[in-house]
Amino acid sequence: MLKILKYSFYDLMRSRWSYVYFAFYLLLGIVLLFLNNDLSKAVITLMNVIIVLVPLIGTIFGVMYYYNSKEFTELLLAQPLKRSSIFLGQYLGVALSLSMSLILGLGIPFVFYGLFKSAAIWDFSLLLITGIFLTLIFTALAFNIALSNENKIKGFGYAILLWLFLAIIYDGIFLMTLIMFEDYPLDKVSLIGTMLNPIDLSRTLILLKLDISALLGYTGAVFKQFFGTSFGLIVSFSVLVIWVLLPVWRISVKSKKKDF
Amino acid sequence: MNKFIVFLLVILLTHTSYAQNIEVCKTCPTSTIKEAITKAKDFDTITIKKGTYKEYNIIINKPITIVGENYPVIDGELKGEIITITSDNVTVDGLFIINVGTSYTEDYAAIRVRKSKNFVIQNLVLEKLFFGIYIEKSNYGKVYHNKIIGDAVEEYNSGNGIQLWYSNYIEIEHNYVEHVRDGIYLEFSDNCLIKNNVSAENLRYGLHFMFSNDDIYQDNTFENNGAGVAVMFSKKIKMLNNTFKENWGTASYGMLLKEINDAEIIGNTFQENTIGINIEGSNRITYKNNNFINNGWAVKVRGACYTNSFLENNFLYNSFDISYNSKVNDNVFDRNYWSNYTGYDLNKDGIGDVPYRPVKLFSYIVNRTPETIILLRSLFIDIIDFSEKVSPVFTPDNLLDNNPLTKKATW
Repeated sequence: MLKILKYSFYDLMRSRWSYVYFAFYLLLGIVLLFLNNDLSKAVITLMNVIIVLVPLIGTIFGVMYYYNSKEFTELLLAQPLKRSSIFLGQYLGVALSLSMSLILGLGIPFVFYGLFKSAAIWDFSLLLITGIFLTLIFTALAFNIALSNENKIKGFGYAILLWLFLAIIYDGIFLMTLIMFEDYPLDKVSLIGTMLNPIDLSRTLILLKLDISALLGYTGAVFKQFFGTSFGLIVSFSVLVIWVLLPVWRISVKSKKKDF
Repeated sequence: MNKFIVFLLVILLTHTSYAQNIEVCKTCPTSTIKEAITKAKDFDTITIKKGTYKEYNIIINKPITIVGENYPVIDGELKGEIITITSDNVTVDGLFIINVGTSYTEDYAAIRVRKSKNFVIQNLVLEKLFFGIYIEKSNYGKVYHNKIIGDAVEEYNSGNGIQLWYSNYIEIEHNYVEHVRDGIYLEFSDNCLIKNNVSAENLRYGLHFMFSNDDIYQDNTFENNGAGVAVMFSKKIKMLNNTFKENWGTASYGMLLKEINDAEIIGNTFQENTIGINIEGSNRITYKNNNFINNGWAVKVRGACYTNSFLENNFLYNSFDISYNSKVNDNVFDRNYWSNYTGYDLNKDGIGDVPYRPVKLFSYIVNRTPETIILLRSLFIDIIDFSEKVSPVFTPDNLLDNNPLTKKATW
């Protein structure tokens, strides 16, 4: 598996798109930090970018890579290799190279900015960690979609639909439900609703740092326990881990049964 | 004639120099404070040497000065009130007072001033107290440089740090109050000056005004109090250059204004509060040159607030800048800096060319269904906020800052 990971990783490192992705974050980081010179604003903008863009890039890249390297995969399948290790290797190669572009692209300008001396280091590390989680989750979801759909166009369509659903439509439905059932106690429902969507979950994680004063304005014991203590942080992280593990597990199951 | 004046002067000077100094210590002829007060004549000075004096119900009924050397301890042994001042012109300086009794029927205080004038209370350290400094029906006093450290746990069985009741023209400066119920509490007290105090970690309010008019409070710091600062039912109060910080909780405010008229709120900093200022039934208030930084809600307008003006404030990175619960707006927002402003300034005069709408649709939604706060900063919310900005339906459509600044306001 490690060997395949290495090949995928090097393959992607040579690809133009990794560089574009890396350059995009580098530019974004530089513009936000050096032309704006307002760290709080930079962190908020970065959050918006990470929440929306990282999942999108993760899904598109994942699907694209799977379809593009299909011939290579078929070649590998002819070899005496475990199927799960082929696909997991490829998945990890994509996810890691994307994560690396993210970390380096945002990290370099921040290091030059003197991040280690600034108080924003925790906000920033949290941003990067959620970014990495989102990459892992959405690349895995993309591989799932690609494995289930032989048709390239269909696969792309589903991937974009998935992103659109989780990034925007889900929140719309969520909001409508909350407003419709406003007469009922909703704090548990709203927390569970957040857990079911990795984008919402990472957003909540970052909110715990950025907007804690507003979040504590709501009267409700469950909310208070969730946001007021480290309980929220721990639960959110564990659910994020589950969100990574579930699709990855399905990749290995699906790849074992699939006819090529 | 001249000689007569000189004679008078001499008489006066020699008379005042008769004011005696009585020393109190364990081995002195006078070993208790009560004894010293009985012995003292008007305008005498009582010096208390270092040591522990287990006394309570000390009544100062003549104009004398009590000075502690190296902070002598007066231990009330939880039996009741410790010092009561009933005479004019009393000075109390440099004492360490501990163990005030707790009662549910009487407000025992470490030091109480009752119906007197021109008192000075300074350099005291109060610990393990019920009420700290309680000033009732007394005027023209000074309360300087005191340190009040309580250990209050529940609101119902704890007292206030500095309490004024029907007392006018009092100056309260450079005090430090923590862990009591209300840090500083004014009731029916007019023309007072509260300056350079720090009030932190109190159970209820850092500062609490009730029915007190024409007061000034400036350069104070209020931090991490149960519910922040409450100003209620008062007129013409000036609030200048104070700092309100980290008042977090479901009913916590940097500042709570209720039924306040004609006040001035200038140069204050509101930082990381759940609600920066909560306004209810307050009219004709000027908010100028304040900084609202990282609050949940910078300003929450509840209702019945008319003719208020918000001028040249900085609204920086608040989750919500302004929240309204009605569609009617009679308040003016002008020349503020909003960190969320996205307009442009083509003629480069420092004023954005597009008006700013500080009330977002989402804040309206959160007012209605508080649980939706969990969707804060979601892309979907940004989209509906944007559509509301383009054509306001739920938020007051005349609530605009027509001249939003493009750079932070400085003053």
